[in-house]
Amino acid sequence: MFSEADLTALLITLKLAGLTTLILLLLGTPLAWWLARSQWRLKFLLEAVLALPLVLPPTVLGFYLLIALGPEGPVGQLFLAFGANPPTFSFTGLLIGSVIYSMPFVVQPLQNAFNAIGNRPMEVAATLRASPLDRFFTIAVPLARPGFLTAAVLGFAHTLGEFGVVLMIGGNIPGKTQVVSIAIYDHVEQLNYSQAHWLSAALLVFSFILLVLVYAFNRRSILINA
Amino acid sequence: MSIQAQFKYQQTDFLLDVDIKLPDVGISVIYGPSGCGKTTLLRLIAGLDRAESGCLRLGNTVWQDQSSFLPTHRRALGYVFQEASLFPHLSVTANIQYGIKRVGKDPHSLPLDTIIQLLGIGTLLERQPHTLSGGEKQRVAIARALATRPDLLLMDEPLAAIDSTRKQEILPYLQDLRTQLKIPVIYVTHSLDEAAQLADQLVLMDGGRIRANGTVSEMLSRLDLPLSTGVDRSCVINGLVSAIDESFGISYFDFPGGQFTIAGTNLAIGDSVRIQISARDVSLSLEKAKTSSILNIFPATVIETSASDDSQVLVKLAIGQSKLLALISRKSTEALQIQAGVEVYAQIKSAALLN
Repeated sequence: MFSEADLTALLITLKLAGLTTLILLLLGTPLAWWLARSQWRLKFLLEAVLALPLVLPPTVLGFYLLIALGPEGPVGQLFLAFGANPPTFSFTGLLIGSVIYSMPFVVQPLQNAFNAIGNRPMEVAATLRASPLDRFFTIAVPLARPGFLTAAVLGFAHTLGEFGVVLMIGGNIPGKTQVVSIAIYDHVEQLNYSQAHWLSAALLVFSFILLVLVYAFNRRSILINA
Repeated sequence: MSIQAQFKYQQTDFLLDVDIKLPDVGISVIYGPSGCGKTTLLRLIAGLDRAESGCLRLGNTVWQDQSSFLPTHRRALGYVFQEASLFPHLSVTANIQYGIKRVGKDPHSLPLDTIIQLLGIGTLLERQPHTLSGGEKQRVAIARALATRPDLLLMDEPLAAIDSTRKQEILPYLQDLRTQLKIPVIYVTHSLDEAAQLADQLVLMDGGRIRANGTVSEMLSRLDLPLSTGVDRSCVINGLVSAIDESFGISYFDFPGGQFTIAGTNLAIGDSVRIQISARDVSLSLEKAKTSSILNIFPATVIETSASDDSQVLVKLAIGQSKLLALISRKSTEALQIQAGVEVYAQIKSAALLN
């Protein structure tokens, strides 16, 4: 069924997607909140930058990341300054790349969810003595729950399917930076179709189950909030 | 202690420029046409919007002045929005508890049970907001606002989003609040009927400014204010029930100017009552009719008159210290030579008991 290398690739992929999602939820929540609330005139510029990974070919993004994260790039230099190796061709590099690559898939659903809540519930909470942070956690977050679920699943699933960026900055090192999507590619390259089948089916089933859960859950929330 | 508010607030389409002092008891109704700035004023008082130049004091407590601005969540106020805006993810009880959890543990002036009883929501507590009717939601929202023991209750057209039959289900609760609450209420509405029923103090706003401000009976009898057209004008009179005559099924109440007779005996002596008298239901005569079927006839002095339209005239009368409006024909005005200073008898055909 799965070779040891395949299992390692699966494990690395799940770890990468899980950590990416976690980091994105932590970074993306305040960012999405700010985007949903801010009246800043130049907000659209930031929104365009954040949406870039949606339209940019992954190889292009991967190329720039390779430069930035490499020993000559600004991020690589920063790592060197702290006595660490530049993050290219390492799991850390994959993680940085994935966070950027999947950012819009987390930030946009959150921003939409926060927008949909509107200002009123927050104002009501303020008149009921809730401080800004208090009302964010007790009103905005629970009301945006469907958005959080969508964001988490899309961020996770999108990272699962990552190929171009990983290939550019991760270098496809088995047991270290080889993820499932690339392992599948390698199997096909070597005409190893049965291995490719197993891994592909695993991802297919996994992705499908995730989406079914999201839609079922969001349907329930919509019914409750109607 | 009183409420002093002074704001200058520039909006894209108009400037709100208000300087007002409101009593610290009873309901102050801010009345005016849509877009006159009354909701904006309420939001400024709540701190939901911030006027660059403003000063707001509640007794000795400063909520805003030139150097300080207390954010909404630190102001001891309750706010009832036009739409009930219950938190959809919380049950009715949890909605009410939300504010209670966030205020200190001072002794409760109005216990939660009393609030729940006052608003008749005892049977709704375990429900989810989406299962409630519009009127029920709004009653829960009022209870939720009161439960935080505010020093000031702000209500922004709480009945506007409710259809008219349901309004009659909520108004009695609001009237009860008027007598039960020991805190000032500022109530925004564009319905003169609601104002007549609820207001102690009436503030007329127009174009971002305060046009006039006074007790509701004083304000409703003013002929210089564009409150409504002549046929719809009415006045209110407050009084205390002084006697009940079971045999005829009538009650008497004393008001500053005499004793008024009303139908019905489901009142108790000492109850405070308010009646609304439409200008159309008041006729004038120069002599006291000795053989009239009308029970309520009072000697009155004409204060001023104002042409309502081509054929009708509004007459403002003083009955003792109370003010009343009569709508009579221009022909009668000339025939009876009605003008300021003339002594007349006001015959009141009917009056609506407001509580």
